[in-house]
Amino acid sequence: MESLEPILAQHSFFEGLDAEYLRVLVGCASNVRFAEGAYLFRTGEEAGHFYLIRQGRVALEIYAPQRPPIVVQTLEAGDILGWSWLIPPYRWRFDARAVEGTRAIALDGTCLRTKCEENHDLGYELLKRFVHITTQRLEATRLQLLDVYAPHV
Amino acid sequence: MPLTSDEAVKKSETLADPMCPQSFRVESVLRETHDTFTLNLQPAGNAEMPRFEPGQFSMLYVFGVGELPISISGDPEQARRLAYTVRSVGPATQALVSLRPGDWVGVRGPYGKPWPLEAAHGKDVLIVAGGIGLAPLRPAIFHVLHNRDDYVRLIVLYGARSPGDLLFRKELNAWGRSADTLVLTTVDYGGVNWRGRVGVVTTLFRHLRLHPDRTVVLVCGPEIMMNYVVAELEQHRGVSAADIYLSMERNMKCAVGFCGHCQYGPYFICKDGPVFSYQQVRGLMSKHEL
Repeated sequence: MESLEPILAQHSFFEGLDAEYLRVLVGCASNVRFAEGAYLFRTGEEAGHFYLIRQGRVALEIYAPQRPPIVVQTLEAGDILGWSWLIPPYRWRFDARAVEGTRAIALDGTCLRTKCEENHDLGYELLKRFVHITTQRLEATRLQLLDVYAPHV
Repeated sequence: MPLTSDEAVKKSETLADPMCPQSFRVESVLRETHDTFTLNLQPAGNAEMPRFEPGQFSMLYVFGVGELPISISGDPEQARRLAYTVRSVGPATQALVSLRPGDWVGVRGPYGKPWPLEAAHGKDVLIVAGGIGLAPLRPAIFHVLHNRDDYVRLIVLYGARSPGDLLFRKELNAWGRSADTLVLTTVDYGGVNWRGRVGVVTTLFRHLRLHPDRTVVLVCGPEIMMNYVVAELEQHRGVSAADIYLSMERNMKCAVGFCGHCQYGPYFICKDGPVFSYQQVRGLMSKHEL
């Protein structure tokens, strides 16, 4: 069976992470697949995982009553999906749909939270990495909100 | 009232005066998106075809309506045709895109500083375009593809508002199939049936491995988008301000540096630009109300 350790080690998200911490993470990791159109998760469900996408494309959608879902972002190979597992109340704030067949590594959030409580150094390492991603997405969302390509006379 | 062919030819013979338009006949008008069209123009009669460099613009005069600065969007190696891609956003641009084959347009130019394509010889060329900003960059892309041995990688990052607003979609696909060329597109708003990327243009950088010491970047789009792009390039990708070039836009009127309408700090966009290195304009871009 393929070990997930080299895959995690090569991912930019875990660049520079201690080998000891990587081994801890591998203990919480599993391979997952989603068929085209399948939902990885939906708004309000318990956020039990985060995902390292290895192949495919996932759309993050916000459900809006009486209109089609709004796609706010797509993620693909190399991207990290999900940080709600880290922040109480650990519920997803949006839907994630596989736009095409998608392979990913799922990291168990409950398992990780326990490990982080036991080892705050690991927790801090992970937090720094997630804050970086959160900041990037916040900046992208701000630019998106500006609607810079809208016509103005 | 439109000019007759004879009148148009006569007009085209007075090119020496930079304020006097040369008459061009509309060869075709291609619908690119719901509000954006490409006009292909040919000089009247046997009048000389002006040569242009990628990144330059012309003043297009719709007779009886007004004159507009429009970037040249065509292939620089097309000897008998000038192409302009125009988004209809007001009365003058609406009049321009409403022209039909056989109609006449006044053309002054080309004017302005072009993209520094010679400075990019032996390097990677990274093109970052937003919305209609792809139009002034299109001649630079054609140039690189025509002179492939002079450059290393060609990377095109293109963001538009929605899938329906993506310009030159067939060409983007064709360019992406060329050797050593990567084309990535994204839209700010995608519907549920859109299978491509959704996210602002800066999110495309995460798919790249840049070599900052051998990359020249050409950027065109709304100024606020360019601000985000240069921040990403400088702060996160290690690209020097001297290797980043931007095409700026202001209200150009005379196009030859007389009237001052397009003054931008110490520069006139029409004469000193529209292409500037980021090093030149960095201080101006962060100044409010400029």
